[in-house]
Amino acid sequence: MIPKLSIFRHLAVVLVLSSLACAQGELHFCLKSEPKTFNPILVQDDSSEVIRYLTGGVLVRINRQTQQLEPELATSWKVSDGGRTITFRLREGVYFSDGTAFSAGDVAYTVKLLMDPNLHSITGDMFRSGQGNVVTRVLPHNSIAITFPAPVAGLDRQFDEVAIMSAQSAKKEMAVLGPFYVADYKAGSYVYLRKNNNYWKKDAQGRKLPLLDAVKLDIQPNRDIELMRFKRGELDLINSLDSDYFDKLASASPNEVRDAGPSLDSEQMWFNQVPGAPIPDYKKAWFQSQPFRQAISMSINRADLCRIVFAGHAQPAVGPTSPANRVWFDSKLKPYAFNQQEALNKLAQVGFKFQNGVLRDSSGNRVEFSIVTNSSSKPRERMATMIQQDLQGIGIKVNVVVLDFPSLIERITDKFNYEAALLGLTNVELDPNVQMNVWLSSAENHQWNPNQKAPATAWEAEIDKLMREQASTADLKKRQAAWSHVQEIVYDQQPFIYLVNKHSLSAVSPNVANAEPVVLRPQTYWNIDELYLRNSADRTGK
Amino acid sequence: MKRIRQFAGVLLVAVAVVSLGASLFAPANYSTQFRDDSPNAGPSHQHWLGTDDLGRDRFSRVLYGTRVSLLLAPTAALLSTLLAALVGAIAGYFGGTWEKLAMAGTDLFLSLPWLFLLLMVRAMLPLNISAFASVAVTFLLLGLLGWAASARVICAGARAIRNSDFVLLARASGISRARLLMLHVLPNLKPGLLAQFWISIPVFILTEANLGVLGLGVTEPLPSWGSLLRELESYANFSNEYWRLVPLLLLVITVTSFQLILTRDEAAA
Repeated sequence: MIPKLSIFRHLAVVLVLSSLACAQGELHFCLKSEPKTFNPILVQDDSSEVIRYLTGGVLVRINRQTQQLEPELATSWKVSDGGRTITFRLREGVYFSDGTAFSAGDVAYTVKLLMDPNLHSITGDMFRSGQGNVVTRVLPHNSIAITFPAPVAGLDRQFDEVAIMSAQSAKKEMAVLGPFYVADYKAGSYVYLRKNNNYWKKDAQGRKLPLLDAVKLDIQPNRDIELMRFKRGELDLINSLDSDYFDKLASASPNEVRDAGPSLDSEQMWFNQVPGAPIPDYKKAWFQSQPFRQAISMSINRADLCRIVFAGHAQPAVGPTSPANRVWFDSKLKPYAFNQQEALNKLAQVGFKFQNGVLRDSSGNRVEFSIVTNSSSKPRERMATMIQQDLQGIGIKVNVVVLDFPSLIERITDKFNYEAALLGLTNVELDPNVQMNVWLSSAENHQWNPNQKAPATAWEAEIDKLMREQASTADLKKRQAAWSHVQEIVYDQQPFIYLVNKHSLSAVSPNVANAEPVVLRPQTYWNIDELYLRNSADRTGK
Repeated sequence: MKRIRQFAGVLLVAVAVVSLGASLFAPANYSTQFRDDSPNAGPSHQHWLGTDDLGRDRFSRVLYGTRVSLLLAPTAALLSTLLAALVGAIAGYFGGTWEKLAMAGTDLFLSLPWLFLLLMVRAMLPLNISAFASVAVTFLLLGLLGWAASARVICAGARAIRNSDFVLLARASGISRARLLMLHVLPNLKPGLLAQFWISIPVFILTEANLGVLGLGVTEPLPSWGSLLRELESYANFSNEYWRLVPLLLLVITVTSFQLILTRDEAAA
C-alpha cells in the first residue's frame, strides 16, 4: 500500500516535470527599428529580416556555425545545367502554421512572387541572372525544378533567404513554415511571436521544436536602454554589441558576454580616383599611384586601431573577405605590417621627399589630404584621428572631417568632392557574388572610381574578368580560384585600404539554454528552435 | 547677492586665466595620443583626469577646450549683438516700413531650423581647412545666425526711446537723424545690448556643445566643450567614472556664472 503523502509527492513531481516539458519560456530581445514588412519576399530592412528568420521556413539553410548548407524543407537538392537549374526534393507531411499542407506548388508560387518585377524584391534580385523568365516545373516524387535564364552564382546557398509562402492559405504571409508565427504586433512597441505548433522539426532527442513558447521582440532603438534592460534581466539577448558596451557588461558579468571572433564586417578607407573629381590634379596623381596607396596602408598601425578603438575586439583586416568567411577567405594574405620606414622608401621611389618632418611630392607640393567620415560613428571618427597621428609620422597632414550621412553620401557618390573617405561595409553574405556591385568597374558602388564606361586600369579590367568568371560557373573550386585572384589584386593595389574586421560581440543571459553565438547573423539566435529558458517563472507575457 | 556675483566673477576669471594659459598649465599637448598608456585610463599622477578613448590627456584637453569655447563664444556673441543692434536700432528708431521689413527678416531668421542650417553650411565648407579655422567658422556661423531674438528686444527698446520726450526735444532742436541715433538712441540701448551679449555667450557655448554631440562642432583633434561632452553621450561610459563629468561641471559653472553676472546687468537695464 502506498502512503497518501507519497502519492501527493509523486503527483507533484509529475506536475513539475510536465510543466517543464511544455512551458519553455518566452524569449525577449530587441529590434532596433520598426519592421517595414512581414512579407518575406519584400524584406529590405534588418528588423523585417529578423522576423523572416524567426518565422520563415526555407528549403535549405546555411548552418551559421559550420557555414555549410543543410536540408530543411528540401531533403535533397541538385544544381545542374551549369548553375541554371536547381532541383529540390521536398519534405513530406509538412504543414503551414494555419494547417494548410506544404507542396511543390507553394515553392512555385514563392518563386513566381520572388521574380515578379513589379514587387521589386531585393531577395529576388540575387537570382536575376539574365534576360528571360524563370521556369518552375513540378516533378513527380514531391520534387520541383527551377530553371533560371542564365547561371546563378552560388544558386543553392541563395535559397537560405527564401521563405516559402503558402499558395493556398487565405492568410498568405501570415501562414508560415518556420518555428514561430506573428501573433501580435503593436506599432512602435513590440512584435509578439508564438510557437508554430505545426513546425516540422524535431531535435536529436526527438522533442518537437521549437522549445520556446514565444518570442517577444521589443522595438527599441536606444542601445543604452537595451543594455540597462538586459542588466535588469528583462532581455535575454543582445546582438551586435559595441566594444564599449561589451567591456562595461563584461566587467560586471563576464559570463553574459560572448566574443565570437572576427565578423564579416570591415572598416576601410579609400582615395578618390575619379578622373573628373573637383580636386587638384597633383592630388589625383598621388591617389592613382599604387606605391602611394601601399605606403599609406603600411603607415597605419592597425594593431593600435584594434587595441584602442575597439578595445581589442577587432582584428587587422586583409581584404574584402574576412577570415571569418571560411569558404572564401584567401589565407595566404596577411595584413600590411606597420612599417613607416618602408613606406617612406616606397614613396621615395616615386619622387616623394621627406624633409624636416614634412612629405612633399616631386613638384614640391606638401602632402595633405582630408578624410571624410560619418558623424554617427564614434569608432570611425576615432580611427580617422588615429590615422591622422600615424600619417603625421611620415610627414602627411590629414584633416579629419565629420559629416552628416546625407552630405557624406552626396560627396562620395554624386559630387565626388572629397579626397579620402573612411566607412565600413556590413557583410551579411558569405558568397562574394553579392559584391559584384562593388568590384565591377561599371558598378555604382565601385567607390574609388564608380560607373566606369571601360575599366580605367588594367588591374580593374582583370578584376572585371574574374568577377564575371566566378559568376558564370557553378564549380565552387573555379569560383574560389577566381575570387582568390581578386583578393590578391586588391591586396596589391589597395584601392580600398582595409583597416579592421570588428569582432562579433553579443550578450546572452545565462538563463538561455543552448545559445552558442556565432559570427554570422543572427549571431545569438541562429538556432532559435533549440533555445529555451532555464527559468521562465517570472515572465508575464506581453 | 552681490557676494555671490563677485564669487561668480572670480570663478569666471579663474577659468579664463587657466584656459588662456593652457600651453603653460597643460601637462601634454591636446592631440598627443599616449597609446602605450591605457586609453580611457582613470586619474593618475601623469594624467590628472585620466585619458580619453584615444589615450589623450583629459586634463590638457579640458584646458584647451575651455580656451576654444571661452574665446570664441564671446566673439560670436559680440558679432550677433552688433548685428542685433544694427537691425533692431534702425527698425525701432525709423519705424514704419523699415520696422516691418526688419521684423519680417527677423521672423524669418527665427523660423529657420538652426541646427539643419548649421549642418548644411558645415557640409558645404571646404574639406581641407585647419581644425582651428573650422571651429572659428562654426562660431562665426553661430554669431551670424544668432542675432534675430536679440534684434526684437533691441527694436522694442529703440521704439520706446523714439517716442520719449527727450528724443522729441532733440528733434525739435533740429538735430540730424544720424546724430540723434548715435548720440541719444544707441547710448540708451547700451544696457539692453549688454544684457543680450551676456545672454548669447552661454547660448552659443551650449549650441556648440550640441553640435559637438552630433559630431559636427569642432573637428578632431582640437577639443572644445562640445567635443569633450561627447564622452557623456552614453550612460555606460561614465556610470562609475565621475572624473569624466569635469567638462560638464565646468560648463555649468561658467554658464551659471554668466547668468549671475547677467542678473546684475538686467537689473541695471
